[in-house]
Amino acid sequence: MQASQVEIRKVNKFYGPFQALKNVDLTIPPGKVTCLIGPSGSGKSTLLRCINFLEEYDAGEVRIDGQLIGYDAPGRKMSGRKLREMRRSIGMVFQQFNLWPHMTALENVAEGLIRVRGLSKRDAQARAEDALRKVGLGDKMANHPSRLSGGQQQRVAIARAIAMEPRLMLFDEPTSALDPELVGEVLTVMKTLAAEGMTMVVVTHEMGFAAHVADQVAFMDAGELIAAGDPASILHQPQDARIQSFLRTYHERNSF
Amino acid sequence: MFSIPVFLQAFEPLIWAARYTLLISGLGIALGLVIGTLICAARLSPYAALRGFAAVWVSFLRGVPLLVQLLVFYYTLPVIGIDVPAIVAAVVTVGICASAYISEIWRGAIAALPKGQAEAAAAIGMAPHHIWGRVILPQAVTMSLPALINELILLVKASSLVSVVGILEITRASQAQAATTFRPLEVYIAAACIYLAINLCLSALGRYLEHRTAI
Ligand SMILES: Nc1ncnc2c1ncn2[C@@H]1O[C@H](COP(=O)(O)OP(=O)(O)OP(=O)(O)O)[C@@H](O)[C@H]1O
Ligand SMILES: [Mg+2]
Repeated sequence: MQASQVEIRKVNKFYGPFQALKNVDLTIPPGKVTCLIGPSGSGKSTLLRCINFLEEYDAGEVRIDGQLIGYDAPGRKMSGRKLREMRRSIGMVFQQFNLWPHMTALENVAEGLIRVRGLSKRDAQARAEDALRKVGLGDKMANHPSRLSGGQQQRVAIARAIAMEPRLMLFDEPTSALDPELVGEVLTVMKTLAAEGMTMVVVTHEMGFAAHVADQVAFMDAGELIAAGDPASILHQPQDARIQSFLRTYHERNSF
Repeated sequence: MFSIPVFLQAFEPLIWAARYTLLISGLGIALGLVIGTLICAARLSPYAALRGFAAVWVSFLRGVPLLVQLLVFYYTLPVIGIDVPAIVAAVVTVGICASAYISEIWRGAIAALPKGQAEAAAAIGMAPHHIWGRVILPQAVTMSLPALINELILLVKASSLVSVVGILEITRASQAQAATTFRPLEVYIAAACIYLAINLCLSALGRYLEHRTAI
């Protein structure tokens, strides 16, 4: 599998006067898992969504394999067609799944293959079936999302993304909306993807996943990227007081 | 006393007149759907001028009674040198009036869709026309069906107003019938029965469509 590299350079993002991202610098190495952690409202989702330009950053650069996304040149927006071209190789998985409720699991996965990749209906279905089997849903293809558990819905959403054969996958808290007993099945699928060498950026509150699966952990606070490094250095010997206090709160909340 | 034979006899001319009621409300809703969809698109467009135009269109048509719209339209056309049959004027007025409500029905349904629906499509590189055609509109249409059927029922009733421009629909026909037979009670109850029958059918159609498209 070809895996993308992402370079984020001095990215700034404003919502009116409020600055949600402040000069963020981060390199996402190809074929590796990068976890974004940090307190609520620190800008993790905003940064993740800048990578596929669902959120427009105001200054700085986001480059996917060297190519600037969203702009042709600083201040000059890229055409919709070019942006769509770039997004084809970037998969995204949302906290709320965002499956299309009027389509079956199979149709959800096949839709992009038909409309974006231009596959025939039959080829798209065959590929969609493969993707669904890969996430363990071979027997649920005809179900509408309302007839699937949260964990199954999220796995369909992952299948929808990987069926497009992306070189980069973005996850925004993929397990936060799930009941605790359903978290594992989704993380298992994500670990499989990681093992295959997919470049992954994962916003998560699952410190266990960050500690065991991530190759790089980046910590954000108040719109700033405070530190990035291997999981041990960030999670076990944090130098920064903000990371220490974040982890303390996390451990207090998760011990009883 | 209430006379059953008079009551029954009243049905024939009234059912005949119901064609106009159905024609005006049917074509009215069709025209309203077309214009209402365009107005809704204008309202959601990135161009401020279009948005402004659509907003004025909607508030004007919702703020003026249909009866007044009909009279204004009917009496203005000849003044500006356009000579159209009353039935055309009636259909156009009803359609334009309905467009204001229909555009708001669409807008409400589209606004009620979670933003993530379109985002998920945009994220895999779907083009805007596919995002609208495959993701947003199918869901908006399903969500709007009850409100659209409701609008159609309102139009069937509101079409009684076009009697003022001389169209012989149910209400006007029953007035004429009442005047010639001197039996207003029987005639108007017959008219009420016909309106009720039409609208019960429409409600049933609405329930059927809702059931069929339920996800
Ligand atoms: N559309 C918006 N308009 C205004 N402010 C916004 C908008 N989206 C996000 N923000 C603000 O930007 C900041 C960062 O938001 P973001 O969603 O990126 O945080 P997060 O780190 O993902 O938090 P969480 O863990 O709660 O998901 C927050 O203070 C939020 O209130
Ligand atoms: Mg978030």
